[in-house]
Amino acid sequence: MTERQTVVVIGAGHNGLVCATYLARAGRKVLVVEAAAQPGGAAITREFAPGYRVSAVAHLLHLLDPVIERELALARHGLSYARSSLVNVSLSPGRPALSLDGGDVIAGEVSPADRSALQVHAARMQKFARVIARQHARVPPRLRFESWHDVLPAAAVALDIRLLGRKDMREFLRIATMNIYDVLEEQFEHAGIKGVLALDAVLGTRLGPRSGNSVYTALYRQSGSVNGRSGALALPQGGMGAVSNALVSAARIAGVEIRCGAQVEEIIVREGRATGVRLRNGEELRADRVVSNADPKTTLLRLLGARHLETEFARRVQQLRAVGTAAKLHLALSGRPQFRGLPAGLLGERLVIAPDLDYIESAFNPAKYGEFSAQPIMEVTLPSLHDASLAPAGHEVLSAVVQYAPYDLKGGWAAGKRPFLAAIMAVLEEHAPGIGALVQHAELLTPLDIEQQFGITGGHWHHGELALDQFMMLRPVAGAAQYATPVAGLYLCGAGCHPGGGIMGSAGRNAARVIAGGR
Amino acid sequence: MKYDAIVIGAGHNGLCNAAFLARAGLEVLVLESNSYVGGAAVSRELHPHWTYSNCSYVCGLLRPEIYRSLELARHGLQIVPYGGGVTFTRDGDILGGYLDKDLKRRELARHSARDADAYMRYGRDTMRQCRLIRSLLLRTPPDPSSLRWRDLREMMHVGKEFAKLGEAGIYDTMRFYTLSIADYLNEYFESDVVKANFAGSGIIGTALGVQSPGTAYVLLHHYMGDVDGQMGAWGFARGGMGAVSQALAAAVQAHGGEIKVDAPVARILTRGGRACGVALANGDEYYADTVVSNVDPKRTFLKLMDPGDLQPEFLARARNFKIRGSSGKLNIALDGLPDFPALGAGNPLISGDMHFLDSLERYERAYDDWKNGSWSKDPYLDLLMPSLTDPTMTPPGKHMMSVFVQYVPVKVNGHDWTDADREAFKQTVFDQIARYSPNFRSLVLHAEVRTPRELEAEVGLTEGNIFQGELTFDQLFFNRPFPGYAQYRAPVRGLYMCGSATHPGGGVMAAPGANAAREILRDLHRGSTVPEGWSDD
Repeated sequence: MTERQTVVVIGAGHNGLVCATYLARAGRKVLVVEAAAQPGGAAITREFAPGYRVSAVAHLLHLLDPVIERELALARHGLSYARSSLVNVSLSPGRPALSLDGGDVIAGEVSPADRSALQVHAARMQKFARVIARQHARVPPRLRFESWHDVLPAAAVALDIRLLGRKDMREFLRIATMNIYDVLEEQFEHAGIKGVLALDAVLGTRLGPRSGNSVYTALYRQSGSVNGRSGALALPQGGMGAVSNALVSAARIAGVEIRCGAQVEEIIVREGRATGVRLRNGEELRADRVVSNADPKTTLLRLLGARHLETEFARRVQQLRAVGTAAKLHLALSGRPQFRGLPAGLLGERLVIAPDLDYIESAFNPAKYGEFSAQPIMEVTLPSLHDASLAPAGHEVLSAVVQYAPYDLKGGWAAGKRPFLAAIMAVLEEHAPGIGALVQHAELLTPLDIEQQFGITGGHWHHGELALDQFMMLRPVAGAAQYATPVAGLYLCGAGCHPGGGIMGSAGRNAARVIAGGR
Repeated sequence: MKYDAIVIGAGHNGLCNAAFLARAGLEVLVLESNSYVGGAAVSRELHPHWTYSNCSYVCGLLRPEIYRSLELARHGLQIVPYGGGVTFTRDGDILGGYLDKDLKRRELARHSARDADAYMRYGRDTMRQCRLIRSLLLRTPPDPSSLRWRDLREMMHVGKEFAKLGEAGIYDTMRFYTLSIADYLNEYFESDVVKANFAGSGIIGTALGVQSPGTAYVLLHHYMGDVDGQMGAWGFARGGMGAVSQALAAAVQAHGGEIKVDAPVARILTRGGRACGVALANGDEYYADTVVSNVDPKRTFLKLMDPGDLQPEFLARARNFKIRGSSGKLNIALDGLPDFPALGAGNPLISGDMHFLDSLERYERAYDDWKNGSWSKDPYLDLLMPSLTDPTMTPPGKHMMSVFVQYVPVKVNGHDWTDADREAFKQTVFDQIARYSPNFRSLVLHAEVRTPRELEAEVGLTEGNIFQGELTFDQLFFNRPFPGYAQYRAPVRGLYMCGSATHPGGGVMAAPGANAAREILRDLHRGSTVPEGWSDD
């Protein structure tokens, strides 16, 4: 090779930036093109009302790969945490708030049986989550079984499961496809414990607690670590944009060029090979490799076009389930809200409105028919309590993930947004009387808004359901799960690939390894 | 009195198990609490001159290897295939599942040309899954946590069967096992009624909705059988499902086995940590070194055994076993053949299954009712008139209707079923049928209403679950009934399980009984009399 290999990365989301940085470090000449005016994709901090700033989509950091954090020296590039271990608080108007930190009960009345069951459950889930975590940094194996080269990676996965030991292995194989409802009912009496633990199994998915495979989502959520503490939840100082800023800084130091305001219109294919991209303004950028951080449907069906794909493969991409059901609520508050039964010291924690399993299941039911929850479940945070940079003095920001809000709402979101916001506010008012009077400004991002503002198909912030039929070698679809697409020179590096969504960066790092490895 | 083996429960699996044990030369005693054999596979005269298959009602899963090996034909079992099936739509149309391939294709095309094309792919892909699972039915599941040669060899066998699928086939299979039936069907079809027509097989007998992941697999429990070598076909046992049990019982007796009815077992006896016999409710005791339970695991371990004989952890497993009642049944004696105007006169589809849900949404809402503690207000019905195929079931000119109903809860809004509930439930079902058959109500002579309560009380199935345990992956294959106990052995030596709660699960398949017999004979160092493997004719 006389000239340096050139790579164009579509999208400056966190995975695109990670991928670009590793490729630049591996000696490639890398250009990242981003449609938005600023890099970061859905991991940005933005002003949603004068003086109030908030993490626009993802608001809690819990999956960022510590290896990437270290290798890219993100701390040196400005990433720090306002809080690195939020605890869970289950809110219910009828009982004192229950607060859990992993397997420990910090506040609330819990029976001794539940207390010890919680210890056992948390430790076991943590152990199982480590099996999943171990897969994050691996390129998913292909199940060809033609040579040892194929068998070994698959055997490594089997070995991870076997190393759990006989008893835990059996339990892992039993619960891996179960629903969280049954698993929790087997162990706990306290409705609040079950509610708060079930939330992790359904957040960001189109599943209810009684839906099979929801245990997997719960394990997935716990598979990360912050500051060496597994399963922890963190608030980056300055909001989620701080992660992207650090990644941008690391990328630039590595020699990556980033162009914002450059929307890719098409991936150029010549003689069956991706040779570059065409921007909306008509400009063509040539490259030896094209890497897309856009979601798989956008990349393969819109930017590339199904005509370049084999029918069977195109069909699989079309069938990829990526219908968002989570909405994001931002409130600019003129003061601190007071939640019923919540000690003031816990206001800044992760407040969970999912009082029991049936409440969550009932919230889920309408989503099956394209309706929003009349009584939604919520994950509420008040980041400004830990980070004064987000709101004017004495004022606060409330940031909440709200479910269920199906992307394909019957009657459309233009008509549905206002009544949904009213339903959300009614639930909040019930838990925090008087909160409505504090609201200076409210922003509700429905999945449709997320799609339009961040270019993610279906507004699904994991770029595709995190479900067992779409994981590892099946993510996003068989035939593209090893980051290379069937079109030579075209790769995927986003959350639609293994290991999936959440601000993690592993997909970007794995993709870079495949591309730099020249496979 | 001492026997070589005692089988508790004369359900089809218990009888099948006893037959294979007797054939190996064991002195076998089968004890049945009811006054008739068969468990849930029975024919009963509950209205003068009308014979009801009052629980299970069609036959298609019975393993042909067992049928041949136990010579069930010689013992009087005859399976008559029946044709087609139909889904009625609310706007007065139908989707007919004609047996004739061209007719079926044309019928699908009438609703959606695209779906008619997709049906080819659907059939091919689904049958591929059937073939894989059929290769595992008459085998003992391996314990994946074990390093014993036998388990490793069996794991290799499973691995090889998977590898045969090819890379793309493996991925399809992995997805298939975790998808919901709705997602699976959405991948092929666009028309509501076409999807609805196929969806029923994903939820029959389970406490899951069409959108619940894992229901695509349940489909196989309705597709993996065959009648006369035709895979996926269904038939009637001539004389009702009791004919299956009668033939199995005859096989037991032909090999010298003994069957006692009206002999409810109250306790499994143990001595020195191993099973040694059973005690009946009337105090009689029978002894044997091998005790086999055809009863579900909850009853076996939580009711028939002394908790002191089992580890607390194992008892917790039994308590947590998911065995949820979700189905009901109506058996109706009719004065004549009801009209179904949407079918038109002389349509052969009238002798097949009839269904009345025409969209996935209606299925899912039916499930929501069950989740909320009530029977479905717009239920899924699988309606058949077996008397059209088998005239021995009713007096000439009269008919009987078998109506399977999904979903029906064990308790209604938390309280036990009352007579008023039962009546209201019956009316719900009648209303749905009458909507498509105006003269139906006027023909009803007698209707037997069966909720999970009756099924539990009469057949002894906990919560009236027809599969003796949910068919979700946490309770399938090496997890069925519990991880570590899928090889038919209970934790107490000499005690075995042979019911549908063991691999490969429910349906009148008789494979669990046969597999358990193989393991028992192995422990007794006897040659196996059980057919192994599988023949795909």
